[in-house]
Amino acid sequence: MTDFSPDSLQPVQTMPETPRRKLDVKTLLAYLVLTLGVVVTMFPFAWMILTSLKGVQEIFQLNFIPQEPTLGNYSEVLTKTKFLVWFGNSLLVAGITTVSVLFFDSLVGYTLAKFDFPGKNLIFLLILSTLMIPTEMLIIPWFVGITDLKLTATTPGAYFAIMFPGLISAFGVFLMRQFFESLPTDLLEAARIDGMGEFGIFTKIALPLVQPALASLAIFTFLGNWNAFLWPLIAIQKPELRTLPVGIALFNGEAGTNWGLIMAASSLAVIPVLIVFAIFQKQIIDGIVLTGMKG
Amino acid sequence: MTPPASRPPAPGSLKRHQTRTAYLFLALPLVFFLIVRFLPTFLALRMSLFDWNILKEQQPFVGLENYRELLQDAKFGQALRNTALYTVIGVPIQIALGLGIALLLSRITALRGLFRAIYFAPYVTPIVAAAWVWQWLFSPQFGPINTILDAVGLPPQEFLTSTRQALPTTTALVVWQNLGFQVVLFLAGLAAIPRTYYEAAEIDGASGWQAFRGITWPLLNPTIVFSVVTGTIAYLQLFTQVVNLNFTDQGGPLGSTLTVALYIYQMAFGRFSMGYASAITVVLFGIILLITVIQLKFLTRRYDA
Repeated sequence: MTDFSPDSLQPVQTMPETPRRKLDVKTLLAYLVLTLGVVVTMFPFAWMILTSLKGVQEIFQLNFIPQEPTLGNYSEVLTKTKFLVWFGNSLLVAGITTVSVLFFDSLVGYTLAKFDFPGKNLIFLLILSTLMIPTEMLIIPWFVGITDLKLTATTPGAYFAIMFPGLISAFGVFLMRQFFESLPTDLLEAARIDGMGEFGIFTKIALPLVQPALASLAIFTFLGNWNAFLWPLIAIQKPELRTLPVGIALFNGEAGTNWGLIMAASSLAVIPVLIVFAIFQKQIIDGIVLTGMKG
Repeated sequence: MTPPASRPPAPGSLKRHQTRTAYLFLALPLVFFLIVRFLPTFLALRMSLFDWNILKEQQPFVGLENYRELLQDAKFGQALRNTALYTVIGVPIQIALGLGIALLLSRITALRGLFRAIYFAPYVTPIVAAAWVWQWLFSPQFGPINTILDAVGLPPQEFLTSTRQALPTTTALVVWQNLGFQVVLFLAGLAAIPRTYYEAAEIDGASGWQAFRGITWPLLNPTIVFSVVTGTIAYLQLFTQVVNLNFTDQGGPLGSTLTVALYIYQMAFGRFSMGYASAITVVLFGIILLITVIQLKFLTRRYDA
């Protein structure tokens, strides 16, 4: 669709050493097409936020900008629904999962990258191969398992049931192994000679050196679990244990398709994520670059 | 650097020490992968051979009966066709758009970061929230999209309420969500192509299109393969968007947006026919495995010569 024509030569010319760039017609056209794309991309967000500010009488009038903006929908979401509870649940589930993934994935990645032992490649391949297993296939035995173990009978058990599939991620192992491979072994040897324990070398020497990778992994894991839907939908039985996506998805029955409320709740679910993204944009992008390039 | 005389690490003992430490570090994660990933895979395979209904007392062994039934299940056939359709429409479109936007972005300097961030925003948005907004946007009665169509003189469309348009509309939501990821991936791929190749092409008098065909496309091949393979796997498991774009979890008007993943969900957690649902997951696993192997073989070989 877009022009691969005369100017696909251009990409490389955006490197820092480009002396100067004149605003030719092609560049202007690029800006025009990109802006159009931005409008399309942003339209749903704009609609969501603007609609959430409309009162009942205004909501089905199709004016874009609310005539009499009100925060009524927001106060109703926060006071009359379990929104804050769901928000807290998501925070808890995504938070614990992220800490667990960071620790175990870096430990496994480090071990696979920096130790020499029989079965090393086989173990790596086995872990990597789990990425091919469709989640749907695992979910049925998981469900039978948590039902048999009566995990959801208690609140801590139910939280564990929601979280356990994500506590270690094969993707993270892969990512961390890539980073640790590039770490100079001499440094670790030096610490070993100084009599440092292996776990100490891992936490005190190796981990601080891969902080950018840890940041990327942390954000990806957090966002992934914050937005997770299928397994939480199945695993959660009590309404007060719902995570945010499950709570919002089942909103319909409880709010009776009150669009103002739904748009306010959606805005409240989206805005924190967008803020996190805005702050950590660089790490997120570095993370993708790394997976895509070496994948 | 000389090691202290007090601790001479004999090569053999060092190796043994390393092995012991490695297994110690890997123990818990390996148990996790065995119990949470491998065991359930085998359990699902096994369950697919039983008439396993969680609501019933007995779970009798039925051999391949579930698979035989699947072959005659028209609804499953529809889910399979729909899933194939989603993949065939969605993956090429998101790759083409992603590459197009990445090429445009790489030729501008000002506002590049901002544009990139905006295109990326849908990717981090909770699908459930996005789906609600899309339902509203595409509503035939009170949706702004039809208002816009009307304003430019086009007839109103039924979108999600039509058996013909519901699937493409759902695909549009998925593409909207994935586009930012594709853009960033391709930007990275483009930045990794050495400048000198283009300079050489320019000296040889190659046109932009020739440079794209001869340099950009082949050198971007690993990125494109990555996109095609991961994108296909994701589309084959499409669930959240489909469920949330409809008020019921039935998969659109007359099952027109029903996917394999949603059908598995319906069978397993609507009817509690875990055995039958497991048989579908095994088929899905087989399809994913087959397609991934074919794609990796076919796509990676293409430009090796």
